[in-house]
Amino acid sequence: MFDFLEGYDVLGAFWMTVKLTALSAVGSLIWGTLLAAMRVSPVPLMRGFGTAYVNIVRNIPLTVIILFCSLGLADVFGVTMGSDDFKIQGFRLAVFGLVAYTAAFVCEALRSGINTVPMGQAEAARAIGLNFTQTLRLIVLPQAFRAVIGPLANVLIALTKNTTVAAAIGVAEAAYLMKTMIENEAQTLLIGAVFAFGFVVLTLPTGLFLGWLGKRLAVKR
Amino acid sequence: MSSVLYDTPGPRARVRNIVLSVVFAALLVLLVWWVWQKMDDNDLLTSAQWSPFTESDAWTTYLLPGLGNTLKAAALAMVIALPLGAVLGIARLSDHRTVRAASGTIVEFFRAIPVLLLILFANQFFSDSTNVTSEDRPLYAVVTALVLYNAAVLAEIVRAGILALPKGQTEAAYAIGLRKSQTMSSILLPQAVTAMLPAIVSQLVVIVKDTALGGVMIGFTELLNSRGTLAANYANQIPSFIVVAIMYIVLNFLLTSFASWLEKRLRRSKRSTGAVLDPSSAAVDGTFGAGAGGAPGGTAI
Repeated sequence: MFDFLEGYDVLGAFWMTVKLTALSAVGSLIWGTLLAAMRVSPVPLMRGFGTAYVNIVRNIPLTVIILFCSLGLADVFGVTMGSDDFKIQGFRLAVFGLVAYTAAFVCEALRSGINTVPMGQAEAARAIGLNFTQTLRLIVLPQAFRAVIGPLANVLIALTKNTTVAAAIGVAEAAYLMKTMIENEAQTLLIGAVFAFGFVVLTLPTGLFLGWLGKRLAVKR
Repeated sequence: MSSVLYDTPGPRARVRNIVLSVVFAALLVLLVWWVWQKMDDNDLLTSAQWSPFTESDAWTTYLLPGLGNTLKAAALAMVIALPLGAVLGIARLSDHRTVRAASGTIVEFFRAIPVLLLILFANQFFSDSTNVTSEDRPLYAVVTALVLYNAAVLAEIVRAGILALPKGQTEAAYAIGLRKSQTMSSILLPQAVTAMLPAIVSQLVVIVKDTALGGVMIGFTELLNSRGTLAANYANQIPSFIVVAIMYIVLNFLLTSFASWLEKRLRRSKRSTGAVLDPSSAAVDGTFGAGAGGAPGGTAI
């Protein structure tokens, strides 16, 4: 029944999806945290930049961003991402695009987390003489992170699904393979089921685990 | 100028803020200068690259028909997904276990799958099993995929909206002798719909963004796809990207502005409970309007 899978590296394609997700998740967490810090910082210019970045990037389709990375950044501007190999270059450009896009959502999630920290905590921190960076790093962000594990889990799940867009620039991940297979083989329904199952396997445990973790780590007030 | 995180700046803090501003501004200028240089090196600042956008041809031949298709697909998907989502959402709150389980499975399944896979699948399915012409097929495939995905997301929004209503509403309805269906249709739904409207409108942003997937993967001639044809014709890759990105931003900005205007209006309205389901609160409950689109664009605070 599943003979049509022979000759195709389905696991390899999903491994590519996992790699894209993991690298983009780490990158967007770092860049998103920086953006969130900028948006709550005392420097108006940084706040303005953070706000503009989030509002602009969030309203552009990811497909446009990823395609721009390949056709614009790489082909016209010659941004090679440190590799001449077309495949590696495509992969890195996809990660770059995914990070640029996902960070905006990470930033928004974190900012809503910062809002859950009671005013008194920050006031107390300032009262004992901590400055902005210390207040943010020692008091506010640790609590904010614990409050937003749920929303961040949603961002991560969305990111996992969003990695399929990398197929648009030829990164050989799950959606790309599905497109090839669906064109060459006759079992549309079965192929669809296999790939759907793959994504359910990837996203469901992530959601359940992080949901459980979020409940466990939530600061009880 | 003060916030939770920092005091009104004193003399030292003011100096530090100015230093930080200057450093940050320098970095930004450096970035802009680098981009400008790159654009100059590639002759992107010449009028040949940009003049097509001042002529009507580029708009009437490429961009406007593309935008039209984008809007058509988004509108169709929304109109079909909305009632379907409402039915699924209400079914998830049913007293009958089988109905709950069935709609729960459908909703969770379609939320777990990337929209792109649904588009690819629908496109092939229409080609194999139906006699939809190859001309119409991309539109059909995109709309089908968007409907399946967004109905599942909307179902969660509807469920969250109904659950957010005070329990006394149902109890009072039962107390005056209304049946289950009457309680739902005349007490719960009208209130929930007003509370959900902003979340629903921001889901439209996600739909608009996701139409772009059909452009690159199955050749649906929407805005992003038309950009490709335009860029091939005028050889202006980067400018066309910038113009199309601005078009998407403006379109989605209009939609989110509409959502926040609606939210304000509904909060004031005497007929609603005043409770408005924040798009991001639905996200906390597990709803996350995120196909290729990411979160609801309307979570802007």
